[in-house]
Amino acid sequence: MFGTGIIVFRETLEAAMIIGILAAATVGIAGRSRMLLGGIAAGVAGAIVVALLTGRIAEMAGGTGQDLMNASILGFAVLMLAWHNIWMSRHGAALAQEARRVGHAVRGGEKTLLTLFVVIALAVLREGSETVLFVYGSMAGSETSALQVLTSGSLGLGAGALAGFLLYAGFLRIPLRWFFAATSGLILLLAAAMASQMARFLVQSDVLPDFGNPLWDTTGLLSNTSPAGVLLHALMGYDATPSGLQVVFYVTTLIVILFAMWMLRYRKDTISRF
Amino acid sequence: MVFYRLMLLVGMLFPITVLAADSEIVLTIREHRFEPSELKVIANQKIRLIVKNLDATPEEFESHELNREKVISGKGQATIYIGPLKPGRYPFMGEFNQKTAQGVVVAE
Repeated sequence: MFGTGIIVFRETLEAAMIIGILAAATVGIAGRSRMLLGGIAAGVAGAIVVALLTGRIAEMAGGTGQDLMNASILGFAVLMLAWHNIWMSRHGAALAQEARRVGHAVRGGEKTLLTLFVVIALAVLREGSETVLFVYGSMAGSETSALQVLTSGSLGLGAGALAGFLLYAGFLRIPLRWFFAATSGLILLLAAAMASQMARFLVQSDVLPDFGNPLWDTTGLLSNTSPAGVLLHALMGYDATPSGLQVVFYVTTLIVILFAMWMLRYRKDTISRF
Repeated sequence: MVFYRLMLLVGMLFPITVLAADSEIVLTIREHRFEPSELKVIANQKIRLIVKNLDATPEEFESHELNREKVISGKGQATIYIGPLKPGRYPFMGEFNQKTAQGVVVAE
């Protein structure tokens, strides 16, 4: 009975962290709440559709359709996050500065809001489709009543959402000088974490070789199932037993995005004046 | 020159691929249990694991030791590639029914 809540919490946590970080990163951009809520709504709708189609998706590509779909979703989200971070490295610092000082929403950044919408919708879609399947499956099972499943599922969902909100609230307390670095730093880690998960799906479906599986094992130090392990997995993609390909994807994503951010930061721009 | 070397390299890869042809193993889920609960596989070889879920409810095949995680829908089936594995025991479980759905892959 409690199990339902814990599984729903774990699935929710990852999406909630992503939403919390993105909400913090776009503070002060006009129309942001609409995009946030719209992204969540679109994600939930998509999750239900995907959950209904799971059987058919799974049968595609010789039984690996689900992995390929997850890998594509993650790849797309990585591109969006990279784009968002690179765009914000030019404009974000100024946006955050102005929003806080003037105390009202800043115009501009509509483009990055669209990426926000897409990333949130995809995150909710991916984590949500498994949650929908699981909750539906638990209710169909005879062991626990539907009401019990719904109650503990809602508790898990609420706890996950709360974690995301606390992360967001924590971000808002960060001094302005560090705020931009902190949000873009976490988005960078999120993108790398998603790239690593994408690699996992590509290995699992035998599209790419694993280059060593696992490359190392730190389960004794910090296991994937411990609370700290789950949190670090959601925030920065921690995996106690990563394959070589996961590490390659993680590091490459970090380097490529950082390099692009660095290139644009030093271009002549009004932002460089403060 | 570089092209021919590359071709040679690609050509050399193929016999290896053929030798390491995947062996296929079927795992069934029935009443939230895995059948068989112990899978014997050959070590150092890639294995195509076909998981058939005969239950009406979905299940998630999960194994930290194998570094795999995959949802299998009710009355559905899915393919998971595992290995090549070093000799040893690799536990797995059904995340949605942890109490009953437990199993282990034994590579030897």
